[in-house]
Amino acid sequence: MNNISHTSPAPIPSFGGVGSLILKEARHILRDRRTMLILFGMPVVMMLLFGFAISTDVKNVRLAVVAPSIDNQSRKIIDRLDASEYFTVTQLVGTTDEAQLLLKNSSADMAIVFTPKFADHTYDGTSGIQIISDYTDPNTAEMETAYAQQIISGGMLQATNNKLLYNPQMKSAYNFVPGIMGMLLMLICAMMTSVSIVKEKERGTMEVLLVSPVRPIYIIIAKAIPYMVLSLLILGSVLLISRYILDVPITGNIVTIVGVSLLYILLALSLGLLISIVAQTQVVALLISGMMLLMPCLMLSGMIYPIESMPAILQWVSAIVPARWYITAIRKLMIMGVDFSMIRQEVIILTAMTVILLTIALKKFKTRLE
Amino acid sequence: MILKYLLQKEFTQIRHNSFLPKMIVMFPIIIMCVIPWVTTLEVKNINLLIVDNDHSMLSQRLIHRVEASRYFIFRGIAPSYDDALQKIERSDADLVAVIPPHYERDIALGKLPQVLIAANAVNGSKGSMGSAYMGSIVGQNITEARHVVSRSPITTLTLFNPHKDYKVFMIPALMAILIVMMCGFMPSLNIVGEKEAGTIEQINVTPVSKWVFILAKLIPYWLIALFVMTVCFLLSWLIYGIVPTGNIALLYLLAMLLALIFSGMGLIISNYSDAMQQAMFVMWFIMVCMMLLSGLFTPIHSMPYWAQQLTLINPLRYFIDAMRTVFIRGGGMPAIQMQCIALTVFALVMDSWAVISYRKNS
Repeated sequence: MNNISHTSPAPIPSFGGVGSLILKEARHILRDRRTMLILFGMPVVMMLLFGFAISTDVKNVRLAVVAPSIDNQSRKIIDRLDASEYFTVTQLVGTTDEAQLLLKNSSADMAIVFTPKFADHTYDGTSGIQIISDYTDPNTAEMETAYAQQIISGGMLQATNNKLLYNPQMKSAYNFVPGIMGMLLMLICAMMTSVSIVKEKERGTMEVLLVSPVRPIYIIIAKAIPYMVLSLLILGSVLLISRYILDVPITGNIVTIVGVSLLYILLALSLGLLISIVAQTQVVALLISGMMLLMPCLMLSGMIYPIESMPAILQWVSAIVPARWYITAIRKLMIMGVDFSMIRQEVIILTAMTVILLTIALKKFKTRLE
Repeated sequence: MILKYLLQKEFTQIRHNSFLPKMIVMFPIIIMCVIPWVTTLEVKNINLLIVDNDHSMLSQRLIHRVEASRYFIFRGIAPSYDDALQKIERSDADLVAVIPPHYERDIALGKLPQVLIAANAVNGSKGSMGSAYMGSIVGQNITEARHVVSRSPITTLTLFNPHKDYKVFMIPALMAILIVMMCGFMPSLNIVGEKEAGTIEQINVTPVSKWVFILAKLIPYWLIALFVMTVCFLLSWLIYGIVPTGNIALLYLLAMLLALIFSGMGLIISNYSDAMQQAMFVMWFIMVCMMLLSGLFTPIHSMPYWAQQLTLINPLRYFIDAMRTVFIRGGGMPAIQMQCIALTVFALVMDSWAVISYRKNS
């Protein structure tokens, strides 16, 4: 033991120090099997859920029919609705009140009311149909009502020729995949780096590292590199799943996609570093990165809710959420397949954010040492 | 008696942390003030370009209609379709409408010339809704040009949410998210935190029974959930003027059941975990899956069959169902009986499991 420490020269070559520190950090990560399982299981499960389970398509709407008497005219309309993939007629009731009660107890989603003796009044203009819909979820209800109207009126003459660019089948996965990438990479990098540093602080082992001859900057680098590798592995698995299981095309240049992602990972790591400086205990670091970071990433990044529909002030706030710029850039690159010049703005903003965060973090980290 | 001291200990621990009390108070307030404005899936402010190959009165009128529409922001006239597509690539525009040559003449001749609408559909619902809005504007324009007044026999009735306000839909859901996060994350870090700090040993050598110990861990989160609910009701009334239509006591009952389920779940995870980070990741994973499969964001009846079956084992699904039924539709106890029973069963199972999985001897 004594002999070994003697033979190694007093100022340890910085690279050797970093190398063994990286090894130590990697062992910490690999030892925790359950976290590893979750780290790689989470992207897979989330991608599958988003790709196959989560959709806003109008389907299987439970329709209650209110008709005092059913004649051939109303029968035709009901059959047309029932035959469509959107609606399933589940109940037949006599009065509007009964139908409203069904909607209230959410045992039906929509009700359709025919005037009495519907067929007899087709030509004198007094026959009518009322659609009662549950507007609890306004967007879905709006679409359902529009579909029902279209089916009832037997399809109107089409005066337009619609073309959906980039996503002709309207798969929601096209929209969500960049969003999931933005959220997962941010969460994993920021949470794991911040916790791994704060844990050393809490345990007191940070002191040991700081008095070692390795320079503080290398300690940080050694902490960051394993998580960077991990994030790249996760990025790879997300891209593979989206390409081969969800059939989301990667139309853009793969090198550019990885490049932008690297920049984003670096940003997330600096954010994690900053959190680790602010937080003194693991609980705080975990709650900041898990809850405080999750909400803006989910809500203000344009992942689920479009940024253009927000009030102006929140659009400004969303500009400081890094995930917003990353998700926009990846959407353009991956789905629309544009070239680098189209995402220059996003890349510049992400770079600026990284530089600022990293400078603050490094500066604070140093003052804390002295 | 022991319970009282244990509770005192839990509250002291929460209070002595410089961050936790601030978060418990501020997190719900910030979320309630900001997020309802964000969570709108309403499609508006669509950037629209028009390529006018006709230059007629009718095409002019179409452009004026678009300018007046509240869904679109008119971004001007593009010289050609290719030029417009480039603007879409640069994300300066979301939608292009191309008016064909001789549009007005063909309409006058009784033909039905087609306006080409090309939409950026990376966000599928935005693309299709945008096209649909544009389609109806084109339709109106033609109807007026032909001077036909058509009376539709179809009327619609808007129930429960007459102003079609997305906030009404999201506020009960946000309450669910807040309770789940507060009562899920904090307990999941609790016992494992004591394990890491080593203080769990001291509890293990005392005669405190498992039941009392776990109960003392559950009650604080239960009270936090009560507090969060009250804050949410007050804020939604003060800021948005939205008050529950149904019985508020029922809503509290539901929230209490949910708090019991999720704090139980947090403690279970905490019992099985060796490190805080691990507990956090496991909880996070379970929570995200449950939120996605609960009908919180997207309707359950749009999911494929297997996913709908999966939602049956998700307590959050029953909560969201019942919450919306009472809060928005004003349903009473009979309407949510089934959900209440399901939630109670979940709560009993989770909390007993939390007690059983806690072992005093390692």
